[in-house]
Amino acid sequence: MLTCKKFLHELSEYLDGTLDPETRAELHKHVSECPNCWVVCDTTERTLKIYKGMEPQPLPPDVESRFMTALMEKCKSKRERSSAEETSAEAS
Amino acid sequence: MSTPSVTPAFDETALVAKAKAGDVEAFSELVRHYDRRIFRMAKQITQNDDDAEDVLQESFLKAYTHLDHFQGNSKFYTWVVRIAVNEALMKLLKRRSDRTVPLDEPIDTGEDEMVREIAVWDENPEQTYSREELGTLLDEAIQSLKPAYRTVFILRDIEELSIEETAEALNLSISAVKSRLLRARLQLREKLTRQFKHKGDDAFAYL
Repeated sequence: MLTCKKFLHELSEYLDGTLDPETRAELHKHVSECPNCWVVCDTTERTLKIYKGMEPQPLPPDVESRFMTALMEKCKSKRERSSAEETSAEAS
Repeated sequence: MSTPSVTPAFDETALVAKAKAGDVEAFSELVRHYDRRIFRMAKQITQNDDDAEDVLQESFLKAYTHLDHFQGNSKFYTWVVRIAVNEALMKLLKRRSDRTVPLDEPIDTGEDEMVREIAVWDENPEQTYSREELGTLLDEAIQSLKPAYRTVFILRDIEELSIEETAEALNLSISAVKSRLLRARLQLREKLTRQFKHKGDDAFAYL
């Protein structure tokens, strides 16, 4: 007989669907018979769903502007360095 | 007759190949596709806007510098996340006076406190909040977790890395990731239940 403690211990993997079929069936039986574990399972599942559904906010404009400037400078310096290397390779 | 405009599908592999060949626009497209997520993750880990901005910049600049070393064995995004997590953890470390690695905090393994609130939720509790309010509420719940739990939850359940990728990014064992994830999930469930539980007469109708 599966205990609530054992169910709780396996809850993450139960929700992720990564358990072997036998353990999964055992947990499924428990959750359909134990109201408390059903509530914990349902509310944990909904917790994960809410977090997964959160779209990230756009970058604040000032953060984005500084970021793009830094990135473009980096790209420019890398390009200049590689073309300088090519020139010196051709010269030698 | 005009052709309907179709947004080209985001092809990460092709963009990475072009970026490696020196196509700056291709790299910019990769950045624009992921920068919001990296910034959000950095903010959630460091809990500091300035640190998050530094992490955002340093991660993508490093990715650009070391693009030649990216082998393509994992997704580009997973690779950038790993760089960003390291940067974010370094920021956390610098701000801590005791200079201990936050992920090495002793993990409370007591199971008695894992579940206190057992109550059903409202049908659609998230709809009673504005998008902004809900975002704040979820962020506050995450921020109340210890860094050791927080980082695992963010990588696994928000950024949707696999257990193995999360373990690799944080240099933890698979079993450590699993046990921290369970506790993080249950602690967040607990906090959200306090906000979202059904307050009507039939709160225990399932009994």
